[in-house]
Amino acid sequence: MRKLVSGLGGRAVIAVPYLWLFIFFLVPFFIVLKISLSQVTIAIPPYIPVFNWQDGLAGFFQKLGALSLDNYLWLADDPLYVNAYLSSLRIAAVSTLLTLLVGYPLAYGMARAPLAVRPILLMMVILPFWTSFLIRVYAWIGILKPEGLLNQFLMFLGLIDQPLIIANTTTAVYIGIVYSYLPFMVLPLYATLEKMDYSLIEAAEDLGCTPLAAFWKITFPLSLPGVLAGCMLVFIPAVGEFVIPDLLGGSGTLMIGKTLWNEFFANRDWPVSSAVAIVLLLILVLPIVYFQRAQARAQERAG
Amino acid sequence: MASLGSIRRSFAPWADPKAKPYIRFENVTKRFSDFVAVDDLSLSIYEREFFALLGASGCGKTTLLRMLAGFEQPTSGRILLDGQDLRGVPPYRRPVNMMFQSYALFPHMTVEANIAFGLKQDGMPKAEIAERVRQMLKLVKLEPFAKRKPHQLSGGQRQRVALARSLAKRPKVLLLDEPLGALDKKLREETQFELMDLQHDLGLTFVVVTHDQEEAMTMADRIAIMDKGRVLQVATPAEIYEAPASRFVADFIGSINIFEGSLVKESAGMTEIRDTSGADFRVAAPARAAPGDLVWLAIRPEKMRVSRERPPEAENALNGEVWDIAYLGDMTIYNVKLDDGRIVKASMINSMRRLEDALTWHDRAWISFPADAGVVLAE
Repeated sequence: MRKLVSGLGGRAVIAVPYLWLFIFFLVPFFIVLKISLSQVTIAIPPYIPVFNWQDGLAGFFQKLGALSLDNYLWLADDPLYVNAYLSSLRIAAVSTLLTLLVGYPLAYGMARAPLAVRPILLMMVILPFWTSFLIRVYAWIGILKPEGLLNQFLMFLGLIDQPLIIANTTTAVYIGIVYSYLPFMVLPLYATLEKMDYSLIEAAEDLGCTPLAAFWKITFPLSLPGVLAGCMLVFIPAVGEFVIPDLLGGSGTLMIGKTLWNEFFANRDWPVSSAVAIVLLLILVLPIVYFQRAQARAQERAG
Repeated sequence: MASLGSIRRSFAPWADPKAKPYIRFENVTKRFSDFVAVDDLSLSIYEREFFALLGASGCGKTTLLRMLAGFEQPTSGRILLDGQDLRGVPPYRRPVNMMFQSYALFPHMTVEANIAFGLKQDGMPKAEIAERVRQMLKLVKLEPFAKRKPHQLSGGQRQRVALARSLAKRPKVLLLDEPLGALDKKLREETQFELMDLQHDLGLTFVVVTHDQEEAMTMADRIAIMDKGRVLQVATPAEIYEAPASRFVADFIGSINIFEGSLVKESAGMTEIRDTSGADFRVAAPARAAPGDLVWLAIRPEKMRVSRERPPEAENALNGEVWDIAYLGDMTIYNVKLDDGRIVKASMINSMRRLEDALTWHDRAWISFPADAGVVLAE
């Protein structure tokens, strides 16, 4: 195995992804980190200090001294930010759970469908990606608004006589997130369920399990890696989601993505919005690292 | 083992008209869309029998087993277990357990948990489960591996876990789908005898599906030879080998020489056949055909003798040229090419073979067999 990465050519190949990550992830991250430690001002760019090549080493260290954690203290001080973070985490967690509840039966049905039908079903899951995300979320406004398609249909059926108020509520945000992120849940679930050996279920039934018991004792535990992967893929982007709460949520829907947008574009406070972004990153990085460690351990166990 | 042999010899409930079959397939047909997997099949299996379903892949043997386990429903006909019609009884309510070809061990559970799975499902008290699991581990000699996961075991160990798991609930019938298929030859031979002992000691009914005739011959009390969803012959290994019911069975089990010919006459227990090349054969076997009918004479290679001179006592003999010799250690197989181009196979035990003046390639040789050596098969 050691021979696998030897020679200059091998190193160069490995260097490409690292270089990519360095330029497009690490460098921007440090720029944002630096801005988060700066002070807001009315200028272009709207923060001080601004490092300059002409400053020389002495000037660099002088400006370095001007950086401070003020913005972070500000975030901790103002309950608006804390509430926005907590609310984002809650909304993301609830929508992840809802997506799992919708996605699992879908993925299960796909994995158990006849072999010839599976590619078609897979296509149908991926198909919405071919339309712009923004347009699809806009379409939900048309469906959910008081005089929208859903209310018209329900009133036509006579199930309700007052339109339901869904648009511009947190419920609409849940609907939007579940709808938009469903494929990210279904695909990893489908992948784990599809490769599962069906004779395991038969063995469980043979040993006395009803089909339902066999599901909970065999299928579900064995699909946990897929459940975890799907939940991460939905939860992480959902925490920082901006478009869906902006278009579908109301004034009562507090989400950190929206707060960040306001700080950046409405208040033009780049340092505070950078601090918001860095804290969000930290909140998300911790569970991701934990998740990856758990996966590595599981893989080691599987040998 | 000596006592086992004598018990086995005396065990023949199928020959007893008063014996009640334990498992009964009655005109069972199974269709998968337009493919007929099992075709109007009837079969009786008796209690404590070691029964083998033998056939090539796609002959319907596994479908038959899966219908017994409850994973497939017969399209028509019925299956009775101890007199009870199994139609509509789901797998989890049948008193049968199956050992899967892939073993189907639960990868997320230890060996112990795998074996305990069915017992827990039945709500057996914890202490009893622990005791039963211990017994089972001892039975399959896997005590030191109780805490391992299936992927930490060798193929042979996994096979034994699968066996222990399927036996743990003490089923009335154990179904085994190619139980030894994934093992190497040496391990397979050892395990065959272990399975036989186990079946005898536990007093269970075993139904085993296999494509390996040697395996079926070694283990089973009776074998059902299957082809295209039908049973061609159900008999003891010896009967199937010595008296195959059809050309297919004769050809399927072991190697055999088949001569095509027409029946000349049958009298006083002797059958005379003129084969297509004009040679006359006299055999002491019933023909079940009328004179002039097309018949086949089937003779096992080990009943044939190869010699330089025609043995004076031989009732049937053919002259040819030694075409191929395969030395297998315990015996030697001669392929003798007759003058009309047909190849006849004879095997001779090496302890009986004279080494001086041994036959070699391209020698002229006589291939002969006594009158009681063959079977006559009609269409």
